[in-house]
Amino acid sequence: MHRIDCPWCGPRDEAEFAYRGDATVRRPAHDAGIDAFYDYVYTRANPRGWHTEWWHHAGGCRQFVKVVRHTMTHEIAGTGKAGDSLPVPAE
Amino acid sequence: MTRYSAFGLLTKALGGHAGWGRAWRDPAPKPSYDVIIIGGGGHGLASAYYLAKEHGITNVAVLEKGPIGLGNTGRNTTIVRSNYLLPENNHFYEWSLKLWEGLEQDLNFNVMMSQRGVLNLFHSDAQKHAAARRGNSMRLIGVDAELLDREQVRAMVPLLDFDNARFPVMGGLLQRRGGTARHDAVAWGFARAADRLGVDIIQHCEVTGIRREGGRVTGVETTRGPIAAGKVGMAVAGNTSRVAAMAGLRLPIESHVLQAFVTEGLKPLVDTVVTFGAGHFYISQSDKGGLVFGGDLDGYNSYAQRGTLQMVEHVFAAGVSMMPCLSRLRVLRQWGGVMDMTMDGSPLICRTPVEGLYLNGGWCYGGFKATPGSGWCFAHTIAKDEPHRLNASMTIERFRDGRLMDERGVGPWPWAQ
Repeated sequence: MHRIDCPWCGPRDEAEFAYRGDATVRRPAHDAGIDAFYDYVYTRANPRGWHTEWWHHAGGCRQFVKVVRHTMTHEIAGTGKAGDSLPVPAE
Repeated sequence: MTRYSAFGLLTKALGGHAGWGRAWRDPAPKPSYDVIIIGGGGHGLASAYYLAKEHGITNVAVLEKGPIGLGNTGRNTTIVRSNYLLPENNHFYEWSLKLWEGLEQDLNFNVMMSQRGVLNLFHSDAQKHAAARRGNSMRLIGVDAELLDREQVRAMVPLLDFDNARFPVMGGLLQRRGGTARHDAVAWGFARAADRLGVDIIQHCEVTGIRREGGRVTGVETTRGPIAAGKVGMAVAGNTSRVAAMAGLRLPIESHVLQAFVTEGLKPLVDTVVTFGAGHFYISQSDKGGLVFGGDLDGYNSYAQRGTLQMVEHVFAAGVSMMPCLSRLRVLRQWGGVMDMTMDGSPLICRTPVEGLYLNGGWCYGGFKATPGSGWCFAHTIAKDEPHRLNASMTIERFRDGRLMDERGVGPWPWAQ
């Protein structure tokens, strides 16, 4: 079970959150072309290791929380607000 | 290698089952092969078998990091079916089901194929119309499908909660030719049959790199040294992103965990496969008597082969809503498997931008039933360097070109497929 430290509400159960995927993808400029949009919409690094991702606190404050979580151990290294730049630990 | 037969079983039984011998060899890797298949699960072993049987390519190695069949091949709910809506998927899975129907004779191995039927329940008028549409789509291409009303479902599975206040059972879509098979036996059967045709099955040999020269694959690096190859096929669903990254590829795949469960053994309770229409839950009974069931993805990226308790509770709640008699049962075993979730819920069997490197993956939670068809199509793709018409649409490029095979119509959210 994950316990996610929401920056607004404090530590909360995973059950209150909805997962929203990889937080490192960035929407390209509108004229960036098909390949850039293909990468943005579809391709993912999908690491076995630390992963920066969105968890929507749907059953709480309804804010988006940025989480750095390990996809093999499920350990959470840090959480923050959407605009925060979170450090990713070395493997 | 002796052929298995009823007579052989009888004579071995009289001899106290001594002297069966090993079912496949344990060769050391050769310096070079015509084709290397990375991944010794059902799909990789089937690919090697059909390369040898259908295309006469026998200088083939299957490289597996552990013992064969211990990844997703040993972690599924053993369901076999071909009840898809989209023609591209349905033609492919129907060919796979046809291969299943002759698989035991073909492999000379008892995979315990049991065509006990797969019944998808529906609980509303809208779901009934969707089921009828899917059934019609199946029948249009010659696949069996029957729309059952409530009383026909009751005759098949009397212990459902037909009058559930929120989700009354209105009927179901039945594919009688669907059913279950023994998952481990599928890996063993393909391994033994491929080995007999000359394929080297090399266990405890993990691939650590993919060698390339001028945009063309030349072999692999492994924990047992480098091995050269003219062609390399990846069949490592669950870890496809990691292996493909060794060749510089970035794919439309995320790895997610899916849990499954087995209860204590019972007398016969369910003699078909039943899926709940109001929640993600499916159930069948193994020959040992345990009820085998699974649910939905945990819903976050994971390679951990274990899930969290929130989804355990969710699956059990769905199960008890559908069959209240399950509520007093004890679950004996629970496990998680790592799924290659693609962005449209459909698989990949294709060439890659690296010449001589081929991809088989993205099976989401539908990999087991596809095993023979996937191996058959992947072998064709590798041998001819072009896809068979059955897998011609299962390319990476379909995402870029807007030709998705989105069976559920949910868009590019892997955790929602």
